[in-house]
Amino acid sequence: MKIELSPVTEFLLADAQADRVVPPTGFTAWLTLFSAAAMGFLAVFALALSLATGRLADRWGNELARSSTIRISAPEGQMAAQTEAALRLLETTAGVASARALSSEEEAALLAPWFGPDLPIDTLPIPQLIEVVEEGAGFDAEGLRLRLAAEVPGAVLDDHTRWRRPLVRAAERLRLLGWLSLVLIGAAVAAMITLAANAALAANSQLIGVLRLVGARDTFIARAFVRRFTLRALGGAALGVVLGCLAVLILPGAEAEGGFLTGLGFQGWHWLWPLVIPPLAAMVAFFATRMAAHKTLKDMP
Amino acid sequence: MKGTAVIELENVAYSYGGGELLSDLSLSLSPGSFHFLTGPSGAGKTTLLKLCYGALVPTSGQVRLFGQDRRTMERDDIAMARRRIGVVHQDCKFLDHLSVSDNIALPLMVSGRDLLNEGANLKELTGWVGLRERAGALPPELSGGERQRAALARAVIMSPDVVLADEPTGNVDWEMSQRLLRLLIELNHMGKTIMIATHDLALIRAAKSQVQARVLRIASRRLHLAGADL
Repeated sequence: MKIELSPVTEFLLADAQADRVVPPTGFTAWLTLFSAAAMGFLAVFALALSLATGRLADRWGNELARSSTIRISAPEGQMAAQTEAALRLLETTAGVASARALSSEEEAALLAPWFGPDLPIDTLPIPQLIEVVEEGAGFDAEGLRLRLAAEVPGAVLDDHTRWRRPLVRAAERLRLLGWLSLVLIGAAVAAMITLAANAALAANSQLIGVLRLVGARDTFIARAFVRRFTLRALGGAALGVVLGCLAVLILPGAEAEGGFLTGLGFQGWHWLWPLVIPPLAAMVAFFATRMAAHKTLKDMP
Repeated sequence: MKGTAVIELENVAYSYGGGELLSDLSLSLSPGSFHFLTGPSGAGKTTLLKLCYGALVPTSGQVRLFGQDRRTMERDDIAMARRRIGVVHQDCKFLDHLSVSDNIALPLMVSGRDLLNEGANLKELTGWVGLRERAGALPPELSGGERQRAALARAVIMSPDVVLADEPTGNVDWEMSQRLLRLLIELNHMGKTIMIATHDLALIRAAKSQVQARVLRIASRRLHLAGADL
């Protein structure tokens, strides 16, 4: 009884005899290896971009959503009283976990990136900021605004919604762009492998003619080319991924003031993600070469 | 006749480039028969051989390989039929990166046979065609006669039912052509069907004294049984 094997199983089992019939060298070998390496390298960056923007979107979406700010602008003599009144009001507001007034040092630190560290903050009419951290389902922003308007006339509630939403949206778009780049890289790998496989098949048309003459089935001939191109794509992509990971490693660290750009990279177990790229490249090469080989062979006598 | 012949052509026509090369041609190769195919250059000898091993599809008429209609055969069916037909080309195409021994064993490789088990047969066959000393050489290192003998060995390693040879003595001297002819006659004595396309009338005359051969001539796009002038 003859056992029918799937193309992937046949590939994994390998056929040393099919491997031998195709000449081992050629221009297309280097072309495939280089293309796969370049695409593997780029894929690491696309992946890093997707993961970094994902983290950013999560942070902006979750962490910032849990906090709000109350800004109190009042004449100098009333500032302390209004701050005290606002804090009391917050203590009795449902959904507020904690609230605290920022010290003058903290406010100076917030302004330092714009005005420098030597700003004489005491001489300026700087509003008092109160940081509010939410709990549970959060507080009723509109209700709080009305109560503040009644009890603390100089207070303005900023629940971050206005500036947080476009930032989260931008981060999500960037994440989508990263994944789209990965898909495009995969498609480009498939296109390049197909072209290289077609070139190799055309260059070996005499060899294929001899194989057909002695009774080789298309699957035997295709397997010889498919296996070679798949292994080249796997090797090339692995090389590209190693280089890409090294490049990501030497990027500047994710300093707090550096923001998004210096945070481009992998964190924790996300370093395992690049390991997926070489097998994926091999899979793309496997199907691209298989399709190209069967299409070309069909046109041969 | 239908069903007993290994290869059968019935009212076959073949056109190429707008012109008809072969017309209303019928041929039947019975098991163990010996045929010469002759005719002037460009008459269509190679085309007829290609029709016989399924490399070409007739424009009209029917070609049957081992009883199967060529037009209904899948590509895998043709591959399987070719394992039963050994072909020797005048230009003896080889895989230049493989040794002579590997080239001879190529039909075994493509059919998935284990070369380790076939080692003795391969060695015997290489000796039979007188290439034992050259088994490790690469095809470009072979002389014309050695290439022809290697091609013959490759054609017969699967013990095919039919051997089709296209001008097998075209590039070799008289002595070598006689040696090749003896090998083909020996195969015929083993029961193989042989068809040799050649314009070498001396070769045909030499063979007729050793084997009962039918001589066919292509002329004016048709196939004729050659007369006693040969």
